[in-house]
Amino acid sequence: MSAPLSDSIWLNEVDLCPLAHLAEVSGLSIEEIEDLVDTDVIKPVEAGSQTPMFQLRYVVTVKTARRLRDDFELDRQGLALALSLLQRIDELQAEIHATKARLGRPR
Amino acid sequence: MKFKDYYEALGVERTATHADIKKAYRKLAHKYHPDVSADPNSEAKFKDIAEAYATLKDPEKREAYDNLGKHPAGEPFTPPPDWQQHFHTGEAGLDDVDLADLFSAFGRTGGRSQRRQSFPVPGQDYEIVAPVTLEQIYNGEEIELSAELPEYDANGLAHRVARTFRITIPKAAANGQRLRLASKGGPGFNGGRPGDLYVSLALQPHPLYRPDGRDLYIDLPLAPWEAVLGASVHVPTLAGTVELTVKPGTTAGQKLRLAKRGLASADGSVGALYAIVRIEVPKTVGAREHELLEQLAAASNFNPRKHFA
Repeated sequence: MSAPLSDSIWLNEVDLCPLAHLAEVSGLSIEEIEDLVDTDVIKPVEAGSQTPMFQLRYVVTVKTARRLRDDFELDRQGLALALSLLQRIDELQAEIHATKARLGRPR
Repeated sequence: MKFKDYYEALGVERTATHADIKKAYRKLAHKYHPDVSADPNSEAKFKDIAEAYATLKDPEKREAYDNLGKHPAGEPFTPPPDWQQHFHTGEAGLDDVDLADLFSAFGRTGGRSQRRQSFPVPGQDYEIVAPVTLEQIYNGEEIELSAELPEYDANGLAHRVARTFRITIPKAAANGQRLRLASKGGPGFNGGRPGDLYVSLALQPHPLYRPDGRDLYIDLPLAPWEAVLGASVHVPTLAGTVELTVKPGTTAGQKLRLAKRGLASADGSVGALYAIVRIEVPKTVGAREHELLEQLAAASNFNPRKHFA
């Protein structure tokens, strides 16, 4: 069966969603999502806004948070710490990737 | 149905205590969890570990599993007749049912002790990986994906069904970007919302280009005389070949920028293509070339190591 997909959305840095959407798709509580905002794991587009909006790419982050919470039985502090460390690893890997691209292919 | 050895997956004896099983799971999860492991094969390994733990940590499911007896892993086997009666499978049987799906259905369909969940259970999310090429992203092509996804029968039992999807890659897509297909995952139970299907893009290595964000890098090999004298060379880009002027005295490692020859961004801007100069020398030369190079060596006062002195 082959079906064209209309009910689909790319999780990018352009489209936005409210905090409640992140909670709904991840299964995390509002309080758990707020913890991730407080620790800068996810950042609203406009800091201090009464109805903060988030880039849709954070759906991937909050789903990862849910998996880590469940699979490792992490508490809220441990979860925020684990995600911060994973983000630093991602950033370092991106830098390594960029450096390799600029340096050229090994002979 | 194929037998899976859950004790073997966790590396514990069949007599292991609940604490032993939990300890083994945690140790393996730290090593193989796909969110923390760099090993690309860890996801499949962790799936086996998590599946084994999900059954063995639950006393009722573990007892049911133990009653199946011990079989070699991967060997086809038939569950006892009362299992088929319990799941009301009739003549359809349980042949196309995965052992993991059978145990996860226990809680929903009552299990042997008729334990039945009454709270809403959201449907399971699934993720499939879509390998894509730079050309497919650059052109915003439509690709077709196939995956075996579970479909649930009237008894809440999952049967794996092959499904095909067509998706259009956005020109601003990047490696690892995901597409969320709302409600295309597993069904919810007791009023729980259906799960979602996520498609994760895996950019395949390209023989020529290396992406960095929206920019692309390509090696530009030059002959020594092209670098010294300057040249006009043809460089392939994703939009076709372009002619590039190499200035006299170009050195190895120099970056030549071709604006708007990279990938598109979501904001409408386009990255650049950078050609990184490499000076290539012939491994062997003919007699005439040798003679000319000898003359050049004698005539030139160029000393690339003068800073050594």
